[in-house]
Amino acid sequence: MLTMPRNDLLLFLGFAIAVLTMPIWMAPFGAAYPDLLQRFMIYGLFALGFNILFGLTGYLSFGHAAFFGVGSYAAVWSMKLLTIDALPAMIFALIISGIFALAIGYVSLRRSGIYFSILTLAFAQMSYNLAYSVLTPITNGETGLQLNINDPRYLDRMFSAATPSVPSPTMLGLPLTGFTGFYFCAGFLIIAFFIAQRITGSPFGMMLKGIKSNQTRMNYTGFNTRPYTLAAFVISGMYAGLAGSLLAITDPLAGAERMQWTASGEVVLMTILGGAGTLVGPVIGAWLIKYFENIFSAINENMLARFWDFLPDGLDHAAVVVSAKFVGEGWFLTLGLVFVLIVVFLPGGIMEGVRRIASWIDRNRKSTPKSASPKTQPAE
Amino acid sequence: MTNSNVVLHVADVHKRFGGLHALADIDLQVEEGQTHAIIGPNGAGKSTLLNVIIGKLAPTSGAVVFDGTVLTGKKPYQINQLGIARVFQTPEIFADLSVLQNVMIPALAKRDGAFKLNMLRTLESETEIRAEAEHMLEDVGMISRREMAAGSLSRGDKRRMELAMCLIQRPRLLLLDEPTAGMSRHDTNTTIELLKKIKSRGMTKVIIEHDMHVVFSLADKISVLAQGRIIADGTPDQVRGNPKVQEAYLGGAH
Repeated sequence: MLTMPRNDLLLFLGFAIAVLTMPIWMAPFGAAYPDLLQRFMIYGLFALGFNILFGLTGYLSFGHAAFFGVGSYAAVWSMKLLTIDALPAMIFALIISGIFALAIGYVSLRRSGIYFSILTLAFAQMSYNLAYSVLTPITNGETGLQLNINDPRYLDRMFSAATPSVPSPTMLGLPLTGFTGFYFCAGFLIIAFFIAQRITGSPFGMMLKGIKSNQTRMNYTGFNTRPYTLAAFVISGMYAGLAGSLLAITDPLAGAERMQWTASGEVVLMTILGGAGTLVGPVIGAWLIKYFENIFSAINENMLARFWDFLPDGLDHAAVVVSAKFVGEGWFLTLGLVFVLIVVFLPGGIMEGVRRIASWIDRNRKSTPKSASPKTQPAE
Repeated sequence: MTNSNVVLHVADVHKRFGGLHALADIDLQVEEGQTHAIIGPNGAGKSTLLNVIIGKLAPTSGAVVFDGTVLTGKKPYQINQLGIARVFQTPEIFADLSVLQNVMIPALAKRDGAFKLNMLRTLESETEIRAEAEHMLEDVGMISRREMAAGSLSRGDKRRMELAMCLIQRPRLLLLDEPTAGMSRHDTNTTIELLKKIKSRGMTKVIIEHDMHVVFSLADKISVLAQGRIIADGTPDQVRGNPKVQEAYLGGAH
């Protein structure tokens, strides 16, 4: 029952190794510090789940940040009321975001295409406004919800006295700081990847692909498509909730801006950039965007001046002025350019680029007779 | 009124679109195992009738009864689960999936029903479904194309695959909406051959067609539709001999 086709197993192992060794191979890129790597894991998880709805089922949600935010709030509340341990916080976040996704999905999935997208966007903006102003007692509004020294933490109190300072989240007593926090998140990304892979390869995943490809035929083939799309919606909402809870655990603060439409748009960008419908693509897209966000936005004019130093006087100054527009605050400009280039030249995202390179290498190798066994590429 | 042989009964169906009386007083009985053709000129209401049968359109009055079950008000997927499959005028297929997957999906619908959260198995482990689909593709002569993306098939092959998708469910009733529309002579002939081949299996079929060559080589019974009414009913020979029909529709051609 839990056997895997060989290719899937290789992909899974490759992914797991790549993730776990990130602190090593990200070092040359200047990104091997736990705080950023954690974000890579968290947003990778977010995009992975988003892809189950968008990439597999073909429903473009523009409001997935709502589930991400709900997961964050739920996790912080669990750490405030129950225990500082991370696992109950995550379970609580999964349940709450699942229920939330069920309610929003139930209504939104009555429509498809652009109307579905608009409905999800409307729900997410409503959630954002609720969190920002109306539900201030629950969300602490503009300031954001954070841990407090006076939090009850009823479960913890049953076993030990209150600590003199605000505790930081742990897992079974292990503090989740630094690289421990990274490996904690990486573990969940790998588990989530495994589940996404199973879903994609299952008959259920096949039905989702069928719905994306031709919903009319699915109906006339005897499928009630609504529960399938709702299941996909809830699963991807729970992925978002889990990602949100991880963000709250590694940085115990939940703010309303997490639910804003820009955050919903960001996960769409990640998925398309990496390659919607592929397993690895959305995760790579998430890493890339978070990398740009953190690295490019940190570059300042002094660094640029040093970089362009080899150019003759005057010219180097011009180079600094021009390139400065694309870094720091202007990193969105770079991101936008990269996005436009990818969508125009590689509509299938980075993964399509990888596939093209692979088939190019394959063709070149074919010139030597009887090399690789002729493998038929399954249509996707 | 309904005798035991009748599997599909369209009873006194009327369909109005605003002021247009698209179907008037349609009473049609399709017997088990027969191929029943509905012919008529463009705008006669053939497609409307088919859409009423399959549940896409609700009749203004009257009912469609399939094997004792009233179809009116049921959704397309429920109607399919009762054992009715449909071939569309323009093949409705899963263009981005492989031919084999296209045929496996309906087989899964037949086995698992309208909804099943089947996430623990892998598609590779569905060996019986795969074998069944491969057998079906062999039957329609498409086994060599099983790994191709369905969208890249020729129109005739898309139609053949769509037929395989319907046949793998072993429906009790197969509805065909102009199965040879827009096809070359060659593709039309291969499609007729295929339909003849499956005819011997005793499946009931309702076929809508305006190509007389197709109709007379396949049908056991023909109903002629004109301006939303059935003007003639009978075996191909009776219909061919009917002066009213000859005058109105076949006159020029035969």
